Amino acid sequence: MEYIIERASSFAGDIDFLIVLIAVLGGFWLLLAEAVLFYFIVKYRRKASPKAQYITGEEEVSKKWLHWPHYAVIVCDLFIIFFAIQTWVKIKQTLPKPDAVIEVVGQQWAWKFTHPGLDGKLGTKDDVKTVDELHVVVNKTYQFKLKSDDVLHSFSIPVFRLKQDAVPGRTITGWFKPTKTGQFDIQCAEICGIGHGIMGAKLYIETEEEHRTWLEHQRMAQVNGNRINTAKK
Amino acid sequence: MSHDHHEQSFFSKYLFSTDHKVIAMQYLFTGMFMALIGGFFAYGFRMQLAFPGIEVPGLGLVTPNLYNELVTNHGSIMIFWVAMPVLIAAFGNYLIPLMIGCDDMVFPRLNRLSYQIFLISAIVLIASFFVPGGGFSGAWTSYPPLSAQAKYNLTPLGAPMWLTAVALEFVAFLLGGINFITTLMNSRAPGMKMWDIPIVLWMIVIASIVFMASAGPLIAGAVMLLFDQIYHIGFFNPNKGGDPILWQHLFWFFGHPEVYVVLLPAMGIVAEVITVFARKKLFGYKTILYTTIATGTLSFFVWAHHQFVAGIDPRMANVFTITTILISIPVTEMCFAYIATLFGGSIELRTPMLFALAFLAEFLIGGVTGIFLGSSGSDIYFHDTYFVLAHFHYTFVPIAIISVFAGIYYWFPKMFGRHMNETLGKIHFWGTVIPFNLIFLPLFFLGLAGQHRRIYSYENFPELAKPYLQDLRILATVSLIVMLSFQVVFLFNFFYSIFKGKKAEKNPWRANTLEWAAASPPPHGNFPELPQVYRPPYEYSVPGRELDYWPQNEKA
Repeated sequence: MEYIIERASSFAGDIDFLIVLIAVLGGFWLLLAEAVLFYFIVKYRRKASPKAQYITGEEEVSKKWLHWPHYAVIVCDLFIIFFAIQTWVKIKQTLPKPDAVIEVVGQQWAWKFTHPGLDGKLGTKDDVKTVDELHVVVNKTYQFKLKSDDVLHSFSIPVFRLKQDAVPGRTITGWFKPTKTGQFDIQCAEICGIGHGIMGAKLYIETEEEHRTWLEHQRMAQVNGNRINTAKK
Repeated sequence: MSHDHHEQSFFSKYLFSTDHKVIAMQYLFTGMFMALIGGFFAYGFRMQLAFPGIEVPGLGLVTPNLYNELVTNHGSIMIFWVAMPVLIAAFGNYLIPLMIGCDDMVFPRLNRLSYQIFLISAIVLIASFFVPGGGFSGAWTSYPPLSAQAKYNLTPLGAPMWLTAVALEFVAFLLGGINFITTLMNSRAPGMKMWDIPIVLWMIVIASIVFMASAGPLIAGAVMLLFDQIYHIGFFNPNKGGDPILWQHLFWFFGHPEVYVVLLPAMGIVAEVITVFARKKLFGYKTILYTTIATGTLSFFVWAHHQFVAGIDPRMANVFTITTILISIPVTEMCFAYIATLFGGSIELRTPMLFALAFLAEFLIGGVTGIFLGSSGSDIYFHDTYFVLAHFHYTFVPIAIISVFAGIYYWFPKMFGRHMNETLGKIHFWGTVIPFNLIFLPLFFLGLAGQHRRIYSYENFPELAKPYLQDLRILATVSLIVMLSFQVVFLFNFFYSIFKGKKAEKNPWRANTLEWAAASPPPHGNFPELPQVYRPPYEYSVPGRELDYWPQNEKA
């Protein structure tokens, strides 16, 4: 999977492992079934086999050809169920202790983010609000509070393998932990109206220092903005 | 009724007929017409995806709003106005009375009403494209609040009309369903016991039962949503104490069984075709029937796998992962039984058989890729990506297109008393199946790369705007155009053969089931004398018999 799309979160590897597991088990059965199907089509074509056999498929001796693969499929299913639930519980059902909390709000057609400021706490005066850009620090655990102002949206970051719908009237809590720096896409993965196709945002995963610089810039911009506003008045 | 051969006017014969065969044809032709619209819509949005901003020939510029309208209605049309009318209504109506050896449905007028309501629903849907604001554009799943409030979806008329059309369509199929179940249970030819019913009829009737049991919540939901749209009641509006997720439950409680509602008739058609063209008894008739019932039952307990990341309680996802993965067991067993049916056969690769085998080969891919989505952990990534889209097209295209072609080529001689051209049929087969794979295999890859759905242009997403991904989109679009153009071959073959095809005898495929005991085409009333059944439907190549088939109605 990482050859197709980068991994940038702590749990991306778990999801990729599950995908590969299903690809191997499912792929095995798929190839086997297709191979048998095509083999039969060639072997029992009219030219090679002018007279068909009479097999009911009701006797034990022939039924076993259904039952054995059937049991083998059940075993594969159990494997898949086990790892699917294990991955799910880790990502969606547990909430590790966060280093920081951010707020994410979807609206037609933008993502609004509230970052904790230099004090590291959300809900204080120095919070940094942005539209369509999210700045996080690598190797820190983040908790997000996801909301929507109007319709359903879906907060999706492919490199994190993260997706969660935003539902108006609810606050949904989730988490992620970025593991590599860089710039990545944030999508809205639930149709939300005419501007759904432009509802994207940028994710900036930064080192601690880069993030501090960014926060300070924001702080300066804010102070300057206030100064200009005061001057105008 | 069987000796009732009074002359009818054209009007009463073709427009207000209560004859199940005429009603079946009405459904078939309406479905084919709607398929042309659905196919044209697919052409429209695929052109925009491959060549963003292009003036699409025959359609013009695809604006973001038009794009959403096209994808929404493509999905709605293909499921509600193509798969349902053709697979359930057309084949159900045509085959049930003929294959159980009776003269008509038990409620012929109800049957006529069913088609008339269906026709109105199609007209309402088509009309919705031309109202101010345009047709509904909030996806075929119609999630509120987007679908519920005009200030969000910007289609104040299109949205309620779409919903009305869907609700009417459901009423039509509820009426049809009652008819199918009652007819199969009460009107079978003397001697036709439970295990003598051709599997396709079992599948259509089980599908009807599943449909009737699952449609109720959605009809209720549709009325609630309509009230939200028109009277602003707020069932799904959180600001008024409603809950948007409630709609998702109502929708998918119907929506997932619906997948099996259309799958089962398709599996049934394929069973009839492979037994005839392999000259084999169906492998494990009872096993197949039991797995059908198991699939139908389990299908009621998997709906929330569409909602893993929708904001439901995450603990619920575990339950639905288990049920969803478990449904793979009866379905694989069914597929294995079909493959086993080919073992030791004498396979003749006529056009219907090619389509039936292609159904098996392609549907297996659709089935296996579903596991990625049914298991909650990987669905976090795949949800609402092109992987989902490619997966369900690998199930729905085999179901609604490939198996339907198998059925049409197979029963055409019975329906119209003439044969379709075999060479044109084979050209059509390869021209459909090869491009089909070239459309959707690239889309699997795009889904793996994170491409999300219902986006009119990926230029705004740097990770998805890479040139090699755009090449894949172009490949898919070009393949779609190739596939659509090959349907011209089919349409020509179909209409030409109705009038000029080689005359067909009563039983050209040397099949066992009762419809082949009627004349081709069967007259009003079907059989000159109602048949008697002496044996199960798949007695092919019975040892000690000179003929390799043994019709159900032939005295020992």
